[in-house]
Amino acid sequence: MFKSEAASWFRIFEMFQFNSFHMYGIIGSALATGVIGIQLIKRLKLKSFSGEKIIIPPKAKGWKNYLFGGILFGLGWGLAGACPGPIFTLIGAGFLPLILVLAFAVLGTFVYGILRPKLPH
Amino acid sequence: MQPWPWYVSGPLIALVMFFLIFSGRNFGMSGNLRIMCAALSGDKACDFFRFDWKAQRWNLVFALGAILGGFVAAEFLSTDTSVAITEGTIEKLTQYGFTDGGAAYLPEQLFSIDSLSNPYTLLLLAIGGFLVGFGSRYAGGCTSGHAISGLSDLQLPSLIAVIGFFIGGLFMVHFLFPILF
Repeated sequence: MFKSEAASWFRIFEMFQFNSFHMYGIIGSALATGVIGIQLIKRLKLKSFSGEKIIIPPKAKGWKNYLFGGILFGLGWGLAGACPGPIFTLIGAGFLPLILVLAFAVLGTFVYGILRPKLPH
Repeated sequence: MQPWPWYVSGPLIALVMFFLIFSGRNFGMSGNLRIMCAALSGDKACDFFRFDWKAQRWNLVFALGAILGGFVAAEFLSTDTSVAITEGTIEKLTQYGFTDGGAAYLPEQLFSIDSLSNPYTLLLLAIGGFLVGFGSRYAGGCTSGHAISGLSDLQLPSLIAVIGFFIGGLFMVHFLFPILF
C-alpha cells in the first residue's frame, strides 16, 4: 500500500482529477487478477487451505445503501485521501494525524450503527 | 528503493485477497472499524455491534499487519517518499494552496504534526474520517470489500457502491475543494 503510493493523499487527488493512470492501473490490475482468480476458484471448485468448500457470500440485494453509503464514503475518501486500509498503513509510517482520522472513522461507524434502523437500505 | 509500479501492486492486492479467501476469510478493511466499535462496548448501545467480534480477531491482526507494513516501507524501504504526481495535478494543487505537490508523500498542510494545532485542519480530518467510517459501513464495505473483492466476484451491489465512491470523491475534489481550501 505504502510503496505503491495508493496510501498517498496526492495520488487519490490525482485520481479524481483523471490526471494519471497510476491509481486506475493499480485498481484495474488488481481487478483483472481478482476476476480471473475468482472464476478459477468457482469453475475448478477449488478448496480452501483447510480443505473446505470456498463460499463467497453474495452481497445483499438493493441499491440505496450502496449508492448513498458509497457517496458518503467517497466524500470522505476525497477529503482525507485515505480509505480504511491506508489509514492503518499511514499510522505505521508515522503520520500521526491519521490516528485522528481513524478515531473519527470508528465514531462514524458507531453513529451508523445507532442510526441504522432509520436509514433507507 | 523506488515506488512500486501499478502492475506489481495491483496483482499483489489480489493475492492478499486470494490468501484470505483460501483461509476461509474475506478481504474487508472497514470491517475492522465495526469490530473496534464492538470491542469498545458498542454492543451495549445497539444491536448492530452485538456480534461475535472475537471470531474476527484475525482481521485486527490483518490491520496490525498493515500498520507494520507501513512502518517497514517508510523506515527501511524508502529513501525519498515524495510522490511523482503529474504537472497538471501539481498546478491544480497550487491553486488550492497546497505547495508541496510532487515533493512529499502527504500534504504538509493537512498531515504534519503542526497541522494538529490548527482547528480548521482538525475539523477537516475529523469530517473526512467520520465520512469514511459512516459511509463504508452504510455501503457495507470500502475499497477492499467492494472495489476489489465485490467487483472481482462481479457483484452488482459492489458496482453501485463503487459508482457511489466516485460520485462522492469527484464531488469533493471538484466542487467542495474550491470552497474548503
